[in-house]
Amino acid sequence: MDSNEFIKNFAAQFDDTDASEFTLETRFRELDEWSSLNALAILNMIGKKYSVVLKPEEMKPTNTVQELFDLVQSKIS
Amino acid sequence: MNPFSLTGKTILVTGASSGIGRAIAVACSQSGAMLIITGRNEARLLETFSMLEGDNHQQITADLTSSVELEKLVESLPKLDGLVNNAGIARPLLLQFVENEDVDDVLQINALVPIHLTRLVLQHKKLNKTASLVYISSINGNNCAYIGSSIYAASKSALTGFMKGVALELAPRGIRANTINPGMIETDLLKSGSIGEEELEKDRLKYPLKRYGKPEEVAYAAVYLLSDATQWITGSNLLIDGGYTLQ
Repeated sequence: MDSNEFIKNFAAQFDDTDASEFTLETRFRELDEWSSLNALAILNMIGKKYSVVLKPEEMKPTNTVQELFDLVQSKIS
Repeated sequence: MNPFSLTGKTILVTGASSGIGRAIAVACSQSGAMLIITGRNEARLLETFSMLEGDNHQQITADLTSSVELEKLVESLPKLDGLVNNAGIARPLLLQFVENEDVDDVLQINALVPIHLTRLVLQHKKLNKTASLVYISSINGNNCAYIGSSIYAASKSALTGFMKGVALELAPRGIRANTINPGMIETDLLKSGSIGEEELEKDRLKYPLKRYGKPEEVAYAAVYLLSDATQWITGSNLLIDGGYTLQ
């Protein structure tokens, strides 16, 4: 699983935040436009792109892109 | 004679291997009907079968999305007094993630299978006079909508439109068609989805009656619509939603 690719896919779920602002350290819950709709979009993205079905509860403890990346990675391997 | 009894009636229930379909099959058997149940999962269908009261029921494992299996099922049927089109799937996805396959699968199982099954039982003359056709639709797509379920909504409102045409066309023979529009029901379909328990609990509280429905609460409505008590009800949508769409 490529982290740059993951950041790109992650960033694509936001409309107002520029894609270039996203890194593994980004604390996505603190973004101005963060909402439950982004959360659903990210869960759908992970399901479609990585074939990993995450429940919202599993995603809840993650705050940075890195933490979410690690969670998805752990479900793949 | 109890007008709510199903004694002497032969009723086909699709998607009977779990959830609402299982509850409908069981409730119909308790009301005296002879059941033919179908589902895709043989083991779970057998489980439903073992829960049925009374004798002479039949179970047929079939994938109704296969036109060959659907036709075979219909040919093997006795004359029916009731048909409950219940089999359905949900696939929560925001529209931007929906692919061809998602649209095809949801419309196929939720709308096309009931349409073709209805058409085939008619063409093969498997409906008795005064038969009752019941379609398990949803509040979703008919009375309200949800985020991440536009295709499901499309499939369920398609079912409602279809039911109306059928109701009008078959009325001269005394055959009735109605939908049931349930709100959220506690089933495995719900638990297997991508919705967490915490979200579910929050959502339950949005219902004025403060809980989701139980499968048997939909089943009792199906028994009602299948019974002779409702011989003058056709083309209707029976809302069972704990008050959700009042708001």
